[in-house]
Amino acid sequence: MAQRTLTTGGKGAVARVPIDPPARHTGDTADTDVGGSFTLYNGSSGTFLPVKEGNDVMATVKFDQASRIYPGNDTPSVDRLDIDVADGEFLVLVGPSGCGKSTSLRMLAGLEEVNDGKIWIGDRDVTDLSPKDRDVAMVFQNYALYPHMTVADNMGFALKIAGVDKGEIRKRVQEAAGILDLTDYLERKPKALSGGQRQRVAMGRAIVRSPQVFLMDEPLSNLDAKLRVQTRTQIASLQRRLGVTTVYVTHDQIEAMTMGDRIALLKDGILQQCATPREMYDRPNNVFVAGFIGSPAMNLVSVPVTEDGVQFGSHRLHVDRSLLGSSGNEVIVGMRPEDVEVTTNEDGLELIVDVVEELGADAYVYATPANPDIRLEGVGDDALAKPFIARVDGRRVPDKGSKIFVYPNPDHMHVFDKESGARLG
Amino acid sequence: MALEITAARPDPALLDLPWRIPLEEWPEDILAALPRGISRHVVRFVRLSGRVLAVKEIKADLARREYELLRNLNRLGMPCVEPFAVISGRVGADGRELDACLVTRHLQFSLPYRALYSQTLRKGTATRLIDALAVLLVRLHLAGFWWGDVSLSNTLFRRDAGAFAAYLVDAETGELRQRLSDGQREHDLDIARINIAGELMDLEAGGLLQEDRDPVAVSERIMTRYRELWGELTGPELIDDGERWRVEDRMRRLNALGFDVDELEITTDLDGTSIRIQPKVVDAGHHSRRLLRLTGLDVRENQARRLLNDLDAFTAATGRQGEDEEIVAHEWLTRIYEPVTRRVPRGLVAKLEPAELFHEVLEHRWYLAERARHDIPIEQAIDDYVASVLPGKPDEQSVLGVDTRELPVIAGPNAQP
Repeated sequence: MAQRTLTTGGKGAVARVPIDPPARHTGDTADTDVGGSFTLYNGSSGTFLPVKEGNDVMATVKFDQASRIYPGNDTPSVDRLDIDVADGEFLVLVGPSGCGKSTSLRMLAGLEEVNDGKIWIGDRDVTDLSPKDRDVAMVFQNYALYPHMTVADNMGFALKIAGVDKGEIRKRVQEAAGILDLTDYLERKPKALSGGQRQRVAMGRAIVRSPQVFLMDEPLSNLDAKLRVQTRTQIASLQRRLGVTTVYVTHDQIEAMTMGDRIALLKDGILQQCATPREMYDRPNNVFVAGFIGSPAMNLVSVPVTEDGVQFGSHRLHVDRSLLGSSGNEVIVGMRPEDVEVTTNEDGLELIVDVVEELGADAYVYATPANPDIRLEGVGDDALAKPFIARVDGRRVPDKGSKIFVYPNPDHMHVFDKESGARLG
Repeated sequence: MALEITAARPDPALLDLPWRIPLEEWPEDILAALPRGISRHVVRFVRLSGRVLAVKEIKADLARREYELLRNLNRLGMPCVEPFAVISGRVGADGRELDACLVTRHLQFSLPYRALYSQTLRKGTATRLIDALAVLLVRLHLAGFWWGDVSLSNTLFRRDAGAFAAYLVDAETGELRQRLSDGQREHDLDIARINIAGELMDLEAGGLLQEDRDPVAVSERIMTRYRELWGELTGPELIDDGERWRVEDRMRRLNALGFDVDELEITTDLDGTSIRIQPKVVDAGHHSRRLLRLTGLDVRENQARRLLNDLDAFTAATGRQGEDEEIVAHEWLTRIYEPVTRRVPRGLVAKLEPAELFHEVLEHRWYLAERARHDIPIEQAIDDYVASVLPGKPDEQSVLGVDTRELPVIAGPNAQP
């Protein structure tokens, strides 16, 4: 007997709950058979999710040299993207506006043509499949609830449209409600729910369809700051409980860092790095990644190369020459604000303190190089001089306008090629 | 931060509105209608310099984006609300920054679908609304607009000679592209179907759906109507060399659907035995353009069709077939259309637009004639209509409703964590 399972465990520890197969519906909605392996009902609201039996296939996602070139453009908006997303993984596509992250997600959803390369979901090549045959769900695309309908109906009505029979709908809604802590509210109207519960109902609408992959495109972009933090925690924890492979797009690196199992950072359509948040933070591949990930951003300074390392102001830093290899006379040295040694001993790069931001235990010092020829590198508005930022002990804070000297903690410094921006060593 | 107003033709009176107050707390005396229901964003209607404006509170970048998008859609001649201004840089009395406001003009004589359902409905209204939405969606897609949130709530309807014409109200999720892929169009259709079914099921659950129609079946209609129309407007057709009349036939069919063909691609195969025709550029408003050219009347497509039929009847009845069309049309305008539409007493003009009234009078005349078993002059029909039918109609000039009455899930001030 074909069995449908709804995955309910976290990653790694996946519990699969068998559910009786849905009765084949005989209504007039179109069934689409894909590969004959399972029945697909026609898609759904901004969710494109077919409802199927036998959802125990591995839901990996693979971008295989996938490119998108818009008609009339010379350069691709997404250029030979290569990403492997593991089954159950939460992958965040992040980058500045115009980097190709949304386009990539839409290529996966079937909303944007793939001009070159392929996209795989599990062992299916979905490159040329229509959106509704891909078994992916765009979550939160339209997050309205209907006031006269019960919570249960709000969660299950799209299944009704897909022609799933009533008993099966009830079963799936109850199961999703269990996962979402909404069991006691199923017969209530949405008006009686709190904001957080309403969000969960909206998620339930996608969960009951049991897609292979959830897709989310900046779902939090029009929330205020407080709600954004709450919702991002909810989404992340729910995703871990469900264990459904998820690809999430955001421009916000904090969202990316806090939510993703791994982050893929794009710029100008090109993947810069795909790694865990920790790796991105500790070992950025290039200057762009270094400047984009982390808040406040990493300090990046061009410095001259010496015989046995680099010259950071008056401070000499030892760097293995073999690492510096063919780099020219200068390299870019990067250090996070917490890895900056601050002294008044005329040792290091001389800075003038502009602003001190007191945070209690710590303080952030914003300062500018005393030598106006030294400019800080990095992402952002190039017209504005970027400040050098150092985190200092909240009890030993330099005065505004005072002179300080800084150099990087040698154990946590990053060296990049001045020309290519690539990480050295 | 200074208050910043972006508008094509700024009205200084805009400055008089209380921008320092959150929209939700605007005093009732400046509102054109009391707020009803709950919307995803806060929306209020205000009266300003003799017109009604819809004000939506929304993040500044989204407001500017939607304003530009609506302007571009207007430039392309798409049926949608007209953007009026974006007000940003709002600061509350307590010094807190407030979201920006997108201001659009209220579309006169437009009806939200919920208002239509709360009236006693003529049979088949649900399907007529869907048909109108299908036409709107096809037109938007032809223009390269990817809507992203197609629904009855995001649409306003105007009466159009017994049918409806649909207008886009909410472009927040939209994007204007050179051309849409099939996947993008299907995506919009899929969203439309689910939203329509959800909206109708909600009306059903609230006891507001009077017609005994299955919401799912009605929602399926958007797919079939859209596909039929899209196919007729854009699909290639293969004809034999001896059937060239079918080229003309295709043009006529498109005209009958209310579209003009601006560009038709004709390709023959190598041995010249068959011809492939495919419309490349089609333009809605075939009848309304013709009526505008003949009479200067700017009305909707079905109304124009109806008026043109009456003009034809007038031409035939007065034996003027051989004469210059413009001259006969002018005479019809001054002898028939204008006197009839001017017969409405001042107190009743907010009920219906003139062209829709004219259509109703023609309908009414037909019923009178059927009952009397002889022809009825239009003068008699209008008098009877004004006396017996019109007073019972609701005022539809400014039916105001919030853009959507659905509950906000994530956004919105009502969402308490």
